[in-house]
Formats: sequence, structure tokens, C-alpha cells
Amino acid sequence: MNAQASTRPAPVAEPLIRAEGLSKVFSSKTGLGFGGKRADVRAVDTVSLEVARGETLAVVGESGCGKSTLGRLMLRLIEPSAGKVLYDGEDLTQLSPRGMRAMRRHVQMIFQDPYGSLSPRRSVADIIAEPMGVFGIGSSARERREMVADLLTQVGLPPRYMDRYPRQFSGGQRQRIGIARAIALGPSFIVADEPVSALDVSVQAQVINLMQDLQQKRGLSYLFIAHDLAVVRHIADRVAVMYLGRIVEMGPKDAIYRTPHHPYTQALLSAAPEPDPDRPSRRIILQGDVPSPTNMPSGCAFSSRCPLAQDICRQERPPLRDELPGHQVACHFARPNPIPV
Amino acid sequence: MTAPLLRIENLSVEFGPRANPIRVVDDVSFEIEAGGSVGVVGESGSGKSMTSLSILRLVPEPPGRISGGRILFDGADLLALPRNQMPDIRGRDVAMIFQEPMSSLNPVMTIGDQIGEAILLHQDLNSAQRRKRVLELLRLVGIPDPAGRIDAYPHQFSGGMRQRVMIAMAVACNPRLLIADEPTTALDVTIQAQVLALLKDVRQRLGTAILLISHDLGIIADSCERVVVMYAGRVVEEGDVRSIFRNPAHPYTRALLKSIPRLDDERDRLYQIPGSVPLAGSVTQGCAFRARCPLRVETCAVDRPPLFAFGPSHKAACWVTAEAAQARSAAEASP
Repeated sequence: MNAQASTRPAPVAEPLIRAEGLSKVFSSKTGLGFGGKRADVRAVDTVSLEVARGETLAVVGESGCGKSTLGRLMLRLIEPSAGKVLYDGEDLTQLSPRGMRAMRRHVQMIFQDPYGSLSPRRSVADIIAEPMGVFGIGSSARERREMVADLLTQVGLPPRYMDRYPRQFSGGQRQRIGIARAIALGPSFIVADEPVSALDVSVQAQVINLMQDLQQKRGLSYLFIAHDLAVVRHIADRVAVMYLGRIVEMGPKDAIYRTPHHPYTQALLSAAPEPDPDRPSRRIILQGDVPSPTNMPSGCAFSSRCPLAQDICRQERPPLRDELPGHQVACHFARPNPIPV
Repeated sequence: MTAPLLRIENLSVEFGPRANPIRVVDDVSFEIEAGGSVGVVGESGSGKSMTSLSILRLVPEPPGRISGGRILFDGADLLALPRNQMPDIRGRDVAMIFQEPMSSLNPVMTIGDQIGEAILLHQDLNSAQRRKRVLELLRLVGIPDPAGRIDAYPHQFSGGMRQRVMIAMAVACNPRLLIADEPTTALDVTIQAQVLALLKDVRQRLGTAILLISHDLGIIADSCERVVVMYAGRVVEEGDVRSIFRNPAHPYTRALLKSIPRLDDERDRLYQIPGSVPLAGSVTQGCAFRARCPLRVETCAVDRPPLFAFGPSHKAACWVTAEAAQARSAAEASP
């Protein structure tokens, strides 16, 4: 949808939220005692992106690519090592603790594991109403219960369940509760970190459809984090592909799926097994493992596994640049469908 | 026609008190030919893992128990064997790999010693011969630099490499059946592709039959010749892979195939199955899928549907679609 409006340079409309040069370095000591060496991991490495109002940007990548860290940085659930996050022009990373608390009304999170993120000792009504109390929404407990009932209806749960506890619900129902809690304060921007990957296959579609309905009704913007390209096909307007802390390709959904320009995007697309026994096997099988983030290859991070890598790839890190309007690629040899199959 | 390598007949597994048991596997039957590949697909609580554990009698007892049925391997009933003979079967005839290779490997033993131990249990080789065989196996499963890695410990391997080590250990004694229970679920998609290719390669080169357990229809379509669809402890559909994916006959299989997102899919909205998967053992009467089924009729609540034939090698347990198929073939038969 709004993909054109949110492309560089100089978007016409200001995006709702924008990350500029966002980085997170985790330090850990290796070895024992005082002699240990420090090993720095650049979990997120100078990432810039933006999400327009009502838009879904999907962030896709394998484990360790930094996608979850990026999601948490966007909400300042962890402090960035560098860079800023501008929400409606205001830099989240500069807000005081009090300012950040007030900001939580506008930016929320949905977690992968609805079990781990809902307190087992509190009823659904308590879980959803608590932030309302904190922000002075609803004049009385009774009014807040009515609002909880309304929220449960919106996420497709019978309001009479509000006095039950999380363990009394199935995985899909618990994710609905997590969604109700996330929208309770009327946020504009939600980071959803693998919201369906812990759910049964037959329940995933329910949650994806619910998230789409709520987006339309409430004009929500999503940063939708996933490892599965098939899942985000349905919900994304644009897709960003991450590898070892960096965005290697970002663009409108159709461009990413039809004409991926980065060899990693193409390998990722071809590796996903499709439920079709007649699909000709055109799988690109990458050699080797994802390198350890403490020991990154020089140059392009993907060069150690890339079937197209040349000398330049091991020496020079390719910048993320526009190949087409709104479609950015970080590859010295970027072209449509780079690996012939 | 030759007898199948493995035939599961009317297998039932129960948990909890005998007086009021929870039946997690309910009258399950299917078979695997020598060298064949069968996929068992199902969601949580479908009984797919308990079915596969039953084959090697690894159901945790108590609280669980195999309460009925036979498992014929090469004609002999594994469930009737004395318990002390099972270790001879495990590894030598039937081997198994699991989802999380790290928890199946011994962290304080080198991978060479662990694979060597698997050989030692069933084959009479001296230590030099064993080491040579281990190197061969590491090469077979695509571990780079086998001579340099044979004395490394499991934590020095990545997840994908550990699963390769597990596969090397599993095929060490040339088993005739390899059971792989969600072998790639813990792995990234590019590593999953490597492991699935390796399993295919092992089957082709060694002629090992493979029973693949997965919740992922994509993996099943990619890797199996025959498919068994389980729901709430029961087999609801079974057939060759093309019939299952092209002409699914059970409403559950149909709905599942419609609801999963696909890469090449232009739909704006996913088809959704209402409700959730029933708890294991909670459905005792009628069809287990009826509460979520768009085609349900009164019979479905009362009588459990048997597996009806939908083709020469295609069966499904649904009263409604079976009747429709029958009516169709009757109409085709009459001029």
C-alpha cells in the first residue's frame, strides 16, 4: 500500500516511526579470570528503517540475525549503543524515564510466547486492565472491566472469560489475550516478535487475520518480526531481510518475493519447503553455517556462504543502496534473481 | 506382494489411571515398505510423537502405556518381545533422531567416541576399524574436515552440524528404518534445507526406510512418498503424497492446506479454521474434528468414522466426503 510514500529520498509524509543508524553491541568476556578477552557482538549494526502510518514492515531473518534485538531497540526495551528512534519526530532514545513511560501508550509489543509473557497468577481482566489503571484510562474499576470486555470481544474471545487465568486458555487464545493487552492503551505502533511461530498451524491463520483486522480498524503500524517468509507474505506491505545484524535487502513485498536482488534473500525464499509435492525442486542449498557474530567475515557478512562471492565481497562491505525506487540491496552484484536455478 | 518392513496395527497408547485413562493414540494403523518414506503430520496432541516412540517402546512408563495393538517389524511383533531384547533392535534395525540434538548427545564425550559407541554395541570391530568407520560416517553426513572434527565435543558444533552427527550415529549400523521426529524444527530454514537433503541422500544411498514426523506440511510434501495425517490421536487420512496434497479427502486436511501461508500466494486473507486443537484424549465419541468442521452432520457426533477408501492407496475417515465420493462414482458408473 503506502510503499511509495515511504521510500527514500525525502518521503512526502513523515513516517510514524523511524530508526536512524541504530546499533547494539553486546560485550562479553571470553576466557577465565582477568586474562579474558572481550568479545564484542554487533547484534544490530547501523540499521535505518521507517514505518508509515497503517503500514506493516516485516523483518525476516534466521536465528542470531538481530531481528528481535532490533524490535526491542525500536521500543527502547533495551538501550541502543548508537543511533536514534524517532516516533512522530520525537527521539525515544533521549526521553527521560518519565517521558518514556508516557510514550508506552503509543508503542507496544506482542511477544512470541504468550505463556511466558502473561502472569500465571493474575486473571485476564487484571492483566489487561492494569496498564489502563496506570495511565488513568477509565474512571473506575467497573468502567475498566467494561473496556476489558469490549477488548476481548474485539480479539474474538467471549467477555465472560475475563476472570479466568492464562493456563485455562489454549495457545491461540493466549495470543489473543496478549494482543488485547497490547491494544488496550490505543497504541499506534506495535512490534510483534514472532507472534504466531509458537502456535499450531491451524491456529496461525486466525491470529494473522485478527492482526490484519485490528490494523484496518485502528490504523495500526506493525513491525512484524518473523523467521518464516511465507507467514509475512500475507501481512507485510514491505519486507526487510536481515543477516548478521544488518539489513541486506528491503523493499515492497512483491519486489522481495518476485524479484529478490540479494542472493541471501533468494536462498531464504528457495529453502522454505512448500506444501506442494509437484513443485519442481529449485532449492538453493547454502553451504556451511551462519558465521559466529563474534567472528564476522570481513567485507560482506554473507560472503562466506554466498555462491556468487568474489574477492571484492571479502574485502569491501557493500552499502545498502537503492536498486529501484524503494528497493534497497546491500550486494556488490545485486540484480534480479541473482542465483540461476 | 512383499510384506511391509513395518506394520503398525491398531496401536493405542494411554496415559493416567487405568480406570479413567487418557487415550493419546487411538487405534492407529499404517505401514512402511522397505526403503520407503512415510511422513506423519499432525499438530500438538495429534499423537504423532507417541506413535513413533511406541515403535521402539520408548513411551514413558508410567504414566503412559501401550494399551493395545501390534507393531510388526519384519513380521515380528516388537510389542511382544521381552524387554531385554529391545536394545538389540534399537540402533541395529531401527534408529531414531530427535528434534533437539544437543539433549541427545553426551556433552563430555567426543563425537567420535559417541558414534564409535553406537558401532561397538552392534558390530564387532577393533578400535582402529571403528575410528575408520566413524570417519566414513562423518564424511557421509557432510561434516567438513572429519579428521579434524572427530575428537571435538558436541558444544563445539552448530545446531545443524549436531543434527548431522545424530544422523551419523543413527545410520552407523545400517538400520533398515530411521525414525526422525521433527528433525529440523530447531534449525534455521537454510540449515533445515541441508539436513532434509542429507536425509534424502542417506535413504537413496543406504536404502534406509524413513519415518518422518513433522507438523510442517511443506517438509512432508518435500520429503515423503506416503503421508499419514493424524488429529487428536487418530489417523484421519492416509495416502500417497500427491493424493493428499492434490485431492485431500478429509475436511481437516483440506482446511489445513487452505490455511497455511504460501510463498507464491496472492490472497489477501488466509482461510482460517475456527476453534483450537482438542486436548489429547478429550474426544471419545464420534469424529474428533467435528467441532471445527464445516461439513459436519448429526452422525459425526455419534459414530466414529472408519477409514474409507478414496482411491487405490488413499483413505480418509469422514462420513460426509466418503458419501459424496460414493455418490459421484455411482453417477459416473450409470450412463
